[in-house]
Amino acid sequence: MEALVASAVGVLTAAGIFLILRRRTFPVILGLSLLTYAVNVFLFATGRLALNAPAVLNKYEDVPYTDPLPQALVLTAIVISFGMTAVIVMIALSAYLSSKDDHIDMTAHDSVDAPGEDA
Amino acid sequence: MNHWIVAPIVLPAILAPFIIMVLRYHLDLQRIFSVAGVVGLLGIALTITAQASGGDIQVYELGNWPAPFGIVLVLDRMAAMMVLLTALLALPIVLYAIASGWDDRGKHFHALFHFQLMGVCGAFLTGDAFNLFVFFEVLLIASYGLMTHGGGAVRLKAGVQYVTYNLLGSTLFLFALGTIYAVTGTLNMADIAVRVAELPAEDTALLRVGTVLLLLVFCIKAAVLPLHFWLPASYANAPLPVAALFAIMTKVGAYSILRMYTLGFGPEVEATQGLVGTWLQPAALLTLAVGTIGILGAQHIARMVAFCAIASMGTLLIAISMFTPTATAAALYYIYHSTLATALLFLVADLVMERRGGALAPRPPMAQSGLISALFFVGAIAMAGMPPLSGFVGKLLVLDAARDTEWANAVWAVVLIGSFVTIVGLARAGSLVFWKSHDAQHNTEMDPENDEEVEFLPAPEPMPGLAFTSVFGLVLGLVLLTLFAGPALEYTTKTAEQLFEPQQYISAVLGREG
Repeated sequence: MEALVASAVGVLTAAGIFLILRRRTFPVILGLSLLTYAVNVFLFATGRLALNAPAVLNKYEDVPYTDPLPQALVLTAIVISFGMTAVIVMIALSAYLSSKDDHIDMTAHDSVDAPGEDA
Repeated sequence: MNHWIVAPIVLPAILAPFIIMVLRYHLDLQRIFSVAGVVGLLGIALTITAQASGGDIQVYELGNWPAPFGIVLVLDRMAAMMVLLTALLALPIVLYAIASGWDDRGKHFHALFHFQLMGVCGAFLTGDAFNLFVFFEVLLIASYGLMTHGGGAVRLKAGVQYVTYNLLGSTLFLFALGTIYAVTGTLNMADIAVRVAELPAEDTALLRVGTVLLLLVFCIKAAVLPLHFWLPASYANAPLPVAALFAIMTKVGAYSILRMYTLGFGPEVEATQGLVGTWLQPAALLTLAVGTIGILGAQHIARMVAFCAIASMGTLLIAISMFTPTATAAALYYIYHSTLATALLFLVADLVMERRGGALAPRPPMAQSGLISALFFVGAIAMAGMPPLSGFVGKLLVLDAARDTEWANAVWAVVLIGSFVTIVGLARAGSLVFWKSHDAQHNTEMDPENDEEVEFLPAPEPMPGLAFTSVFGLVLGLVLLTLFAGPALEYTTKTAEQLFEPQQYISAVLGREG
């Protein structure tokens, strides 16, 4: 179980970082999504792994339980990363449509070009 | 409980959706409510600063859940002075954005502006590490919208880079928080401090990893070398009034470093010894060096100001990374100066760019050249740290605090040479923009095609009077900061003393001794 979760986090992170280092926006966004999945699984594991255990304490008998706080954190992280991915897709799309180019790097021309003059 | 503490978060949190939902088609009403909101925030900030100046640390338990189970907001001197700085910065910027018509070049400027203020104030006030992450996200989401405000191909491309970099930073933040939670079992900052101090020495490996990851996240926000690469392209391509507001965002990173590493992971704490001070100081020195080289090399006025922002962050972090009360007092003074000076230069750069474009090359003269050049001169003096403005006082304090430290020679050399190079870079930019314009005029007169362009053009802002008033407001802030350097330093010294007695903070939050 531990090996499975750990290798899942590792593989997702590695794949995410590989994709983030690509030059076009679409693989980069995929890489960001993979990284957020990796961090979600990682956060889940920070409360220690417990199998078949509820996230509530039982005051009548001494049964194992799992830490509920990481689950709340994961939920927050999922919502935020979901929203952020939507935002970056929209910005990347409008950048692509306005410059007809989906490279993530900015050329020398882009940076010397006076910003604001086009607005 | 003192409900004023939550007011800097609640006010923008109510106002921003109200502006989006009720006033979305009424720009004039949006402007009125936005300015009123910022003035209200300033009033609240003054109130809580007055309350915090007594030295009591006040705690606001959200939902009345006691710490460490619920989320708490903590008002101490540092949080109060940072909220006050946010409000002081926001007022001239929102006025400038209205006066220059920037808020009319895209949608929802004022709503995003207030969401940004909400995130910044929340990050300053919160006493919970995960809540800090959430407020970082709030201010980042708003900043994505503000950064791409007005659109345009180059700005959107820079926006994609900015969002990507910050999403990576957020992911790293979560990894760091997860690691720290796995070791300490808590996310409340005060509780983390208690648990870290109790941690047996053989169990600290994971905690040290988490601490360094957290430091990296804050260094991304504070644009510390080598994590500063996002800043020049983002700030230079953002609408410049927005870039002026972003001057507070890098300070959020600096604030978080100060907060977390004086409270829980300081250089004296055994579990995390030799991590922060060792790495942050050389990185800060390099940040300052690279920032000043960038000022010299920039071809565009907005990029040059962005590198000024990096350089001043370098100076600030040199002071922070010493982690002594004297140096922290200097750093807190410098935070005020650096924020106001960076914002001032960004607004002056916007005035220049609206009239003649931003390239640092001779162009024909522009409207109100004399007034703008005077403002640029004031901003440059402040930024370079020359007398008589507050940059001089700030750098003097930083150098003085560095005198007895291990790195004293390096700090003195880098800060002094850096200031000199900054003066050269800003002087070069000023002469190209304001003096060489007459040479350009000379050339265009010989060129028959451009002959008519030499005419004196009117100011491009719809309300030039208000635009200049708001820029002068920032100048006034710098002048006041210089005139009242004594009282200001007294306050920051008390703040630093409070920061270096974390026991006070911990017992206030956890409601018990120890």
